[in-house]
Amino acid sequence: MSGPLWSWVFVGLTFALYIGIAIWSRAGSTRDFYVAGHDVPPVLNGMATAADWMSAASFLSMAGLTAFLGYGGSVYLMGWTGGYVLLALLLAPYLREFGKFTVPDFVGDRYDSRTARIIAVICALFVSFTYIAGQMKGVGVAFSAFLDVPQNWGIAIGMAIVLVYAVLGGMKGITYTQVAQYVVLIFAYTVPAIFISLAITGQLVPQIGFTSESVLPRLDRLLVDLGFTEYTQTTKAKIDVFCITAALMFGTAGLPHVIIRFFTVENAQAARRSAGWALAFIAVLYTTAPAVGAFARINFIDQVNETAIDELPEWFETWESTGYIDLDDKNGDGVVQYRAGEGNEVVPNRDIFVLANPQIAGLPGWVVGLVVAGGMAAALSTAAGLLMVISSAVSHDLMRMTFRPDMTDREELRWARISAAGAVVAAGLLGIFADNLGFVAQVVAFAFGLAAASLFPVIVLGIFWGRFNKQGAIAAMVTGLVTTFAYIVWFKFVDPDPAGWWFGISPEGIGFAFMWLALVVGIVTAIATPAPPDHIRQLVENIRIPGGN
Amino acid sequence: MTDNQRAYWRATRRLTVGLLLVWFAVSFGAGILFREALDAVSIGGAPLGFWMAQQGSIYVFVILIVIYCTAMTRLERKFGIDQKGPEQ
Repeated sequence: MSGPLWSWVFVGLTFALYIGIAIWSRAGSTRDFYVAGHDVPPVLNGMATAADWMSAASFLSMAGLTAFLGYGGSVYLMGWTGGYVLLALLLAPYLREFGKFTVPDFVGDRYDSRTARIIAVICALFVSFTYIAGQMKGVGVAFSAFLDVPQNWGIAIGMAIVLVYAVLGGMKGITYTQVAQYVVLIFAYTVPAIFISLAITGQLVPQIGFTSESVLPRLDRLLVDLGFTEYTQTTKAKIDVFCITAALMFGTAGLPHVIIRFFTVENAQAARRSAGWALAFIAVLYTTAPAVGAFARINFIDQVNETAIDELPEWFETWESTGYIDLDDKNGDGVVQYRAGEGNEVVPNRDIFVLANPQIAGLPGWVVGLVVAGGMAAALSTAAGLLMVISSAVSHDLMRMTFRPDMTDREELRWARISAAGAVVAAGLLGIFADNLGFVAQVVAFAFGLAAASLFPVIVLGIFWGRFNKQGAIAAMVTGLVTTFAYIVWFKFVDPDPAGWWFGISPEGIGFAFMWLALVVGIVTAIATPAPPDHIRQLVENIRIPGGN
Repeated sequence: MTDNQRAYWRATRRLTVGLLLVWFAVSFGAGILFREALDAVSIGGAPLGFWMAQQGSIYVFVILIVIYCTAMTRLERKFGIDQKGPEQ
């Protein structure tokens, strides 16, 4: 069987599985719909969280990023895993103990303020929409690259699938499909990685192959000879590496679609455990990715550099014809020169390293099909988690808690379904109208920066500082939101010149700096204004002690 | 809060701060700030600082959460904190 046929088989089978799970796990109440009935076992929630977290970008781009950035790719590896330590230690058990449905719920109740709740809704919606557009786009790209389906039709198919299981099952349906999606995506990621590790280093485990003498020392030499920076070094300033890593970590801990996963387990202890499981499941992919990246860069140099154009391997032509590799024989010698600077004749898109790896390593057609299904699983699971945040922010925080407090549970459930459906359509349209993934990657900096600077400080202070009040929370959220938003818009879209960056901090890392500003502004405002009332102090004490109500 | 609960909360905070110091040391410390110094040593073909940034810190993160879960369970037993969550 050929590659595309296998892709159809795997994609068809996995999609049927997701729909089957959705029908089996329909939601009967708002409690089912928002938090899967509070009874998901920690291990399963860990898997669901891992799938929720690892997006199309993790699956497709992580290895390619480290392949090209070398040490510079570490910011993503540490940033997107280290946040889970913060989640487990500072947020997850306490928010679970609080026991409500959404992140704005916590902000609204803890600060006893409708204004604070609405600002938190705005932060949650903004963060989730910037993120979801990329997922839908990722589904479209996978469909068009492998299944010969036009990109927008691919997005429409992806929307239809998510629509079925998110609207039918809410968080309950999403949780169990995410568990299945984790299994699919991790299998699809590690199988090719093992084969490539065997081919290059003779080691079965990619993480061990990564430390082999034949990988990094050789790659350093190869790259220096070609005029690149050594693989194990970076040209980025240390302060920027520090700030980007920190912004991604604190941003991870402040992302609503990750936080709400911890509302689905039984109690605070289960929330801690499931954070541990989640990170362990994530670490499987995140420690494999840099190994795959290094192997892929070696393979690429070996097979392409100084090769005559008519002798290039088959995979090269396939990916060149789809526009993922750009070849230009500048000096007309009929041979490809790959190097840094002027003389370079080949520019590969970094995403191909995961997509083309099975072909580069000469693996059979079914592995390609597996990788396609894995990429879709990564994109759909993340999209579904984000949809939950959007729909619950609208149906619960805006409709039930703000505008129509007299609503019944049944009515709220109907609103939750309607807003989930609306959010799917909106996300699909964003995916269709976003020109390319590059733009999407740019705006993802928003999601992390804003989550770090606006949501993280008010949640942590709300738990650990009983004296922190409404005025402080509003001041902190507004400060973080406005400053981070302005900095990113200015240096990403208005004047993208790194020379102007404050203290050499890029827009990706600025959320960390403004998080501290938000903390200081919030604390000063809180000290200058009255202490919160007694029932709030009591609420804070209750969430600190498990079962202590 | 009862005295017992206060003591539990104090112990929880102490544990949290201690683990966060390790979290900071392995990622920002070993992987970023003092990377060059650690790179003088190698694990197989990988310089240590580089390896900490791309592999080691992630393993330590997982271990930290495992330690946290175990220690918290022990604290809750020691202070007689109810294991069951609030009924919603």
